[in-house]
Formats: sequence, C-alpha cells, structure tokens
Amino acid sequence: MSDLIIANRTFSSRLLVGTGKFSSNAAMVAAMEGSGCEIVTVALRRVDVDDPQDSLLSHIDRQKYLLLPNTSGARDAEEAVRLARLARAAGCEPWIKLEVTPDPYYLLPDPIETLKAAEILVKEGFIVLPYINADPVLAKRLQEIGTATVMPLGAPIGTNRGLRTREQIAIIIEQAIVPVIVDAGLGAPSHAAEAMELGADAVLVNTALAVARDPGLMGQAFRKGVEAGREGYLAGLGSQRHQAEASSPLTGFLRN
Amino acid sequence: MQLKINGRARDVTAGDVAGLLQELGLDASRVAIELNHAIVLQANFAQTPLAAGDSIEIVHFVGGG
Repeated sequence: MSDLIIANRTFSSRLLVGTGKFSSNAAMVAAMEGSGCEIVTVALRRVDVDDPQDSLLSHIDRQKYLLLPNTSGARDAEEAVRLARLARAAGCEPWIKLEVTPDPYYLLPDPIETLKAAEILVKEGFIVLPYINADPVLAKRLQEIGTATVMPLGAPIGTNRGLRTREQIAIIIEQAIVPVIVDAGLGAPSHAAEAMELGADAVLVNTALAVARDPGLMGQAFRKGVEAGREGYLAGLGSQRHQAEASSPLTGFLRN
Repeated sequence: MQLKINGRARDVTAGDVAGLLQELGLDASRVAIELNHAIVLQANFAQTPLAAGDSIEIVHFVGGG
C-alpha cells in the first residue's frame, strides 16, 4: 500500500482513530494498537477543578501517535477558532480537525461557519482538516483556500450506518487535490472497505471501535477492511454489468 | 481572592497562573489556559499574575472523534 501524505507528512496507515466513548483507557489503547493507526483525534473540554481526572494524554504515546485535536462542541467559526488556538497552546502541533456542529440532533457540520473558520486557521498556519457534509462544491472551496484534507461524512456521527453519501463522496474524490478522509458513520469494517474501494485516501473511525465488545479486535478488523479496500482500489475494480457473463468460454462444450 | 474558574466563582490563594494550577493539583504541561479571554502560553504561566475578579478557563484533552 502506498503511503498517505498529509501536508508533506507521511503515514503508512490509512486509518485514523477517535478516542471518544471508550469504556476505559485500556480499551481505547487496545483499539489504537489493533488498528495500526498513526493519527488519533482528541477533544478539548473544561477541566473539572473539583475532581481532576487522570489525563487522557498519559495513556497516549505521543512518539507513536500524532495527536489531532478537534473543535467539537463549537457552534460557530469563532468558537472553533478559539478551540483550535487553545489546542495549540496545550502543546499540540498545529494540526486541527475543524468541526462546527450547531445542530445537536444530527451533529451535521455548518458549511458556512466551517469555511469561515478554515480561512482564519489556514492564515494562522494551522494544518486544517475540515469535517464536512459530503458536498463536492464545499469540498472544492475548502481546498482552494488551503485545507490539508477534506473529511466528508459517510453518515451522521455515531450512527454506524455506513457510506450513505456514496455518490457525493465519489464526486469529491474525483475532483480532489488533497487527501479525502471519510469520517463519521462508518460502523463496520466492510463500510471502511467500501470507502477505500471508492478511492478515499483514508477513513476515520471512533464509535464502531468504542462500542465493540472487543475494541482491540475491531481495530484489527477495520485495519484489514481499510487495507483490503485500498488494495482493491489500486488493483482496479471490474465494471458492473446487468447481464451475466460466463467465466469460462461457452464454446467447446460436450454437445454438438 | 476570588476568581471565576471555568464559569464558577472560587477562592484561591495563588498569585499567578502556575501557582493556581499547583493549588488545584493540575499538571501545567497538560492544560491550556485563557485568562480574561486571552490565551496564556505554558511558558508564561509563572510570569502571569492573577487579580481578583479574573475570569480563567482551564481546558484539557478528553476523548473525542
């Protein structure tokens, strides 16, 4: 499998993993290790000063994993920019998964606020990976202003429903000049394989791993799904047809 | 003196950001701070004084997708 290159940085894994919703830090680490990922996403929240918990970062080996903070919780561009700056101040490299989701029911990203925030953050030197609906026009606009990737959703966050936006994602991939990372909604290794077969450069998975009975094993399964899909894409899938086509010649059979 | 920490009033004795984090039992290398809406870099925690009525946000990383 060829390497994934984002903003001149090379990764051998095409699977990114989110760290939310795991039942324990041990389960999270098992999923990360099983998946073979090299990029993990994290969120920023207020510290509970009355009950400071064990830091998430004490469980993540920063030599092994690039920390990709997100701006989850932001409802507009201003909040997203504020979170991105805080993440950088917390000691992260200036990589940011830009996420602006004002709607609490479907957590769909706001395209206008996302574009506004991306413009500001790119100018401030951030490597911006925007989470977007599978909108090819928005994807183009973001690439034009200098985002490092685009991250269209397969289905709403945490729904495990798979690649519901397949046709639109195919157009985004066809037109992309930066890596396309399918994010959100992928609930099974076969969903990840489908995205990769379609030509996605990578996928990001969280809930599917976090809610699995065995997150480490599910991490491995997604790793294989991503690799199988990628290899299928590189090998060149056969075209679909309506009528049957025999695998052996129909001549020379034992009949006149 | 009283500060507003993460939206709630709290009495503290520390006079600067580094001292406050120590008082709260927080690891300074793993948090980010906004003091009156302006980010304070970790390198400046010890040289950033606090005054009564200051509003301070203390955030850290949690699990997220």
